Amino acid sequence: MAEHAPGAPTAPGAPGTARATGVGGLAAFRIIAAMWIRSTMTYRFSFAMTLLANFVVTFFDFVVILLMFTHVEGLGGFGFAEVAFLYGTTSTAFGLADLALGQVSRIGRRVRDGTLDTLLVRPAPVLAQVAADRFALRRLGRVSQGLFVLVWSLVLLDLDWTVLKVCLVPLMVLSGAGIFGSVMVAGAAFQFWARDAAEVVNSFTYGGNTLLQYPPTIFARELVRGVTFVLPLAFVNWLPALYVLGRPYPVDLPESTAFLPPLVTAVCALAAGACWRAGLRSYRSTGS
Amino acid sequence: MTDRETDAVSDFIELEDVRKVFDVRRKKGFLRRERHEVRAVDGISFTVPRGEIVGYIGPNGAGKSTTIKMLTGILTPSGGRIRVAGIEPSRERTKLAHRIGVVFGQRTTLWWDLPLIDSYKLAHRMYRIPDARFRENLDRCVELLDLADLLAVPVRQLSLGQRMRGDIAAALLHDPEVLYLDEPTIGLDVVSKARVREFLRDLNATAGTTVLLTTHDLQDIEQLCKRVMVIDHGRLMYDGALAGLHEIGESERTLVVDLERELPPLDITGARVLRVEGPRQWLAFPATASAAPLVTEVASSYPLVDLSVREPDIEAVIAKMYADRAELG
Repeated sequence: MAEHAPGAPTAPGAPGTARATGVGGLAAFRIIAAMWIRSTMTYRFSFAMTLLANFVVTFFDFVVILLMFTHVEGLGGFGFAEVAFLYGTTSTAFGLADLALGQVSRIGRRVRDGTLDTLLVRPAPVLAQVAADRFALRRLGRVSQGLFVLVWSLVLLDLDWTVLKVCLVPLMVLSGAGIFGSVMVAGAAFQFWARDAAEVVNSFTYGGNTLLQYPPTIFARELVRGVTFVLPLAFVNWLPALYVLGRPYPVDLPESTAFLPPLVTAVCALAAGACWRAGLRSYRSTGS
Repeated sequence: MTDRETDAVSDFIELEDVRKVFDVRRKKGFLRRERHEVRAVDGISFTVPRGEIVGYIGPNGAGKSTTIKMLTGILTPSGGRIRVAGIEPSRERTKLAHRIGVVFGQRTTLWWDLPLIDSYKLAHRMYRIPDARFRENLDRCVELLDLADLLAVPVRQLSLGQRMRGDIAAALLHDPEVLYLDEPTIGLDVVSKARVREFLRDLNATAGTTVLLTTHDLQDIEQLCKRVMVIDHGRLMYDGALAGLHEIGESERTLVVDLERELPPLDITGARVLRVEGPRQWLAFPATASAAPLVTEVASSYPLVDLSVREPDIEAVIAKMYADRAELG
C-alpha cells in the first residue's frame, strides 16, 4: 500500500490558505479555472460568439462611459476628472473582486442540488473551487474597463502628488477588491441557510459599486454614514479617494481614516471567513 | 478476515454514537413555519478494520447516504465521534481527502464537456500524485475497467455504465486507503455490474483497499461483502455476516408446487401457503429447515406435477426484520 506523507498539523486555515497535504487555494483556482476555459472552448462556435459579443459589449461600455464623462461638467461639486477617478477606482476594485470571487454567488445552486458534495471530497479549499466554478474569461472585461477609466483620470487629474498619495492609489484599489470580495463571500455563506439570497448580496456588491462611482456629496448624509460605519463600502474608495483628491469627507472623520482600508479589509476578510466556515458546517447536502 | 474485537489498532473507520439531526421547516400558512427535527442518523456505532468490504444497506431515507457524507467530511455530525484513519472528517476534510476515494452513483465527478482523460489529469494535479504513480494507477484502471477506448471521449457521450467505470477510476488514482461507493451499480446493465464487482473484488484483494458500499442491489452484497450492516430510521439494525442476517430475519424459502388440478390451500406441517394461483401454490418454510421432508409429504398426499425451491432474497429478509421491530416498538 502506498505510504502517504503525514501532513504537518496545521490549524484550520483561513479560506484560500494551503493545507499541509492539499493543493493551495490559488493553485486549485488556477487548475479549475483552466478546466472551465477548456470546457467552454469545446463548443467552438458558441465560444467564438460569446467572445465577440463580450468584446462588443465591453466596447460599447467604453463608449457610454466616454459619452457620460464628456457631458458631465461636474457632479456634486466634483470635476470631471475627479468623478472619473472615483469611477475608475471602485470599478477596478469591483472588477478584481468579481474576477476572483464573483462566481461564489452561484453557490446557492450547488447547495440546492447537492453537487457541492463533489467539491467537498477534493483536497482543496472549497472556497477556491467555488470561486473558479464556471470561470469565464469575460470577467476580464470589467477590470479592463475600470483600469481604463482609472488611468485616464490619473492623466487628467491636476494634483499635488505626494509619495503617500501615489502609494494610496494601488492600496485602495486592492483593499477595495478585498472589501467587495469579503461581501461576496459572506453573501455566498448566507446562501447555505437562505438558498436564494444571491440577489440580496448582488444589491450590496453591484449596488455598492454603482454608489461609489459617484461623489458622496450627492447622496443623503444618512446613506453616507451607513456605508461608512455599517457596511464599510466607503473605505473602498470614498475615504481614501477624497484624501488623494484633497477634498473633505461629508461625514466628519479624521484625515488618517483614509489609510484605514487595509485594516478594514482584514477585518472584513476575517468576518467573511468565519461566515463561510459556519456556512459550510451547516451544509446539509441533499438526500442522494 | 481480521478479528474485529481484538485488533482495535487497525480499526480504520470508527463511529461512536454518531448522530445527525436535520431541522426541517415546513410551510404552514402564509408566514408560519412549523419546525421539527428529523433524526437522519440516530446513534450509530461501528468500526471497520483495514481491508474489509462492508455492505451498508437499508431502505430509502434510512440514513445510509448521511452516514457516508459524515464519513467523508461533507456533513458535520450533530453528535458523537467519527475517526477515519485517525482523522476527524469534518475538521480536517482536505487532509482526509487524500486518503479516501468517493463515488456517488448518481452524481458524477467527471467533467461533462471534456474528454475523460482530462478529469484524470485534473486529479493528477489536484491530489499532487507523483507522475510515475499516476501513470501506473491510470494504466491499471484503464486495463481493468476497460477504459482505453473511452479516454478521448467527452464524458457527456459516455453511457451510464462507462461513466460509472470512469468515476471509479477517478476515485482511485491517488491510492486511497478506503473507497466509499454510494449506489455504484445503480442503473447499470448486467455486464457493467459484473465488471464493477469484479474490479472491486480485485482492488480489495491486491491493494487491500477498504471498501464501504451502499446499495439497493443485493447481488452486490452477496458477491462482494462478507460483512453487512443494515440501517433503518437512523439506527443500526444488524451488523455481521450475511448468513446471520437470514437467521435473524427468520427468512423463509419458498417451495413452488404445480399440482394436477386446482386444490384448496395445502395442509403441510412446517410450511404455510402464501399464495394459490390455479393449480400452482407457493409454500413458505424456514430457510434453516430442509426441503426434503416437505417435498416428500406433498408428493405422498397430493397429485404433484412439478416443483421448485426459491432461495430467500435479502430484501424480503430485511423487510421482515423491519416488520418485527415495528411490532416490538
